[in-house]
Amino acid sequence: MIQISCPFCGKRDHSEFSYGGDGQINYPSLDASQETWHDAVFLRENIYGRQIETWQHLYGCRSWLLVERDTRTHEIFSVKLAHADWQKMMEENR
Amino acid sequence: MTRFSAWNVIKNGFNGQKGWSRQWRDPEPKASYDIVIVGGGLHGLATAYYLAKNFNLKNIAVVEKGWIGGGNAGRNTTIIRSNYMLKGNREFYEASLTLWENLSHELNYNVMFSQRAHIGIYHTANALDAAARRYNIMRQTGSDGEIWSRDTIKKKIPHLNFADDARFPIHGALVQKRAGTARHDAVAWGYARAADMLGVDIIQQCEVTSIKRSAQKISSLHTSRGEITAKKVAFAVAGNTSRLWQMAELGNLPIESHKLQAFVTEPIKPLLDHVVVFGVAGAHFYISQSDKGGMVFGGDIDWYKSYAQKGNLPIVQDVAECALSLMPCLGRVKLLRHWSGVVDMSMDGSFFMCKTPLDNLYLNAGWNYGGFKASPASGWYFADLIANDRPDKVIQNHDLDRFRRGVHIDERGAGSDPKLHG
Repeated sequence: MIQISCPFCGKRDHSEFSYGGDGQINYPSLDASQETWHDAVFLRENIYGRQIETWQHLYGCRSWLLVERDTRTHEIFSVKLAHADWQKMMEENR
Repeated sequence: MTRFSAWNVIKNGFNGQKGWSRQWRDPEPKASYDIVIVGGGLHGLATAYYLAKNFNLKNIAVVEKGWIGGGNAGRNTTIIRSNYMLKGNREFYEASLTLWENLSHELNYNVMFSQRAHIGIYHTANALDAAARRYNIMRQTGSDGEIWSRDTIKKKIPHLNFADDARFPIHGALVQKRAGTARHDAVAWGYARAADMLGVDIIQQCEVTSIKRSAQKISSLHTSRGEITAKKVAFAVAGNTSRLWQMAELGNLPIESHKLQAFVTEPIKPLLDHVVVFGVAGAHFYISQSDKGGMVFGGDIDWYKSYAQKGNLPIVQDVAECALSLMPCLGRVKLLRHWSGVVDMSMDGSFFMCKTPLDNLYLNAGWNYGGFKASPASGWYFADLIANDRPDKVIQNHDLDRFRRGVHIDERGAGSDPKLHG
């Protein structure tokens, strides 16, 4: 069982979380070319190794998280709040 | 190679089974081939076979990083059906089912194809409408399909949950009678043996570690067993397609690697004669009984991207819940094994079989959670693509550029999120 350390709720089984997807896709501006949008929507790096991805603590605090996980082993290296300002606040108040 | 026949079985019964030779050779890789197929799964082996058989081509190798039958070939629930609706998929999977029907004879190897019918249970009137449309399209394009009432199912499969308070009340079923199961290892061994008989080199424990290329061509493959040059290279490595693609410096693909689990229970006496399937309200489940008696079943993918061939517990629980909601009589049966395979989930849930940006590279990928049933047609059409250097009409829209053209082949209508196509 993968366990994810939620910054608010602590370490929980991943069955409490919902997987979002790639956390590193930067969607282009609305007026970007069709080609740029095609690549962002349809193409994936599909990383073999460590990647940043989004999970939501659906059956907990409902926060969206950025999780760094190894796709080969499922080992988790870091968990941050997806909302950058909140993450900053958490770090300052630690 | 000793062919299998009634005569040879009887003869060897009298001489202590000494008349059998090994099933396929174990050759050292040569320095160069006309065609190298990367990936010794069912699709790679079938491709090699049909290249040799249909096009009389020689000097072909299949390179496999592990052993044949050890990847997704041995990690599926062996279900074969052709109840696809959309143009391209419809003809392709029907062709595949037709090839399955004669495969044991074709390969001189018993793949134990059993046309035990695929029973898709529906639970709502809406599901009936949607499925009736799909099955009518099937009937109008030369396939078979019928609708069973609740009473008919009750008679045919009495131990499903017909209780009034069933979690998923059974209204009826959509049935494809020509569908069924086969023995997955036998398919791998049968294709390997038949391809080998036609001169194909099957090279196991041979992993591609890097790829040498020029602007327009792949010049050679570096493998764990030396460098191999090839006039044509074909990738059939679903699960790890992105890795090879990036090794060839071709960028990103419309594919994510996910894992799909399957389960088998301890063997029990004959209980279920058909393949029974249902999918409703987020639950997804399929079950059949193997010839050894084990109940073989599975459900959704694990949802998060993964290259690990190991499954996780929440899906075990999900699938067990589905099993019990459908067949409460399984409650005391012990789970014997569960396993996981890495699958290419594509952006529209359909596969890719196409030419690539490189002149001598061909791609076979993106089989999502359903590559097993496709194996014969996959080999058939992929061999045709490689030999003739152009796609057949049937697979002409199964290319990497289809999203750019707005041609999504999305059976489920789930949109461009690979995990939703599981």
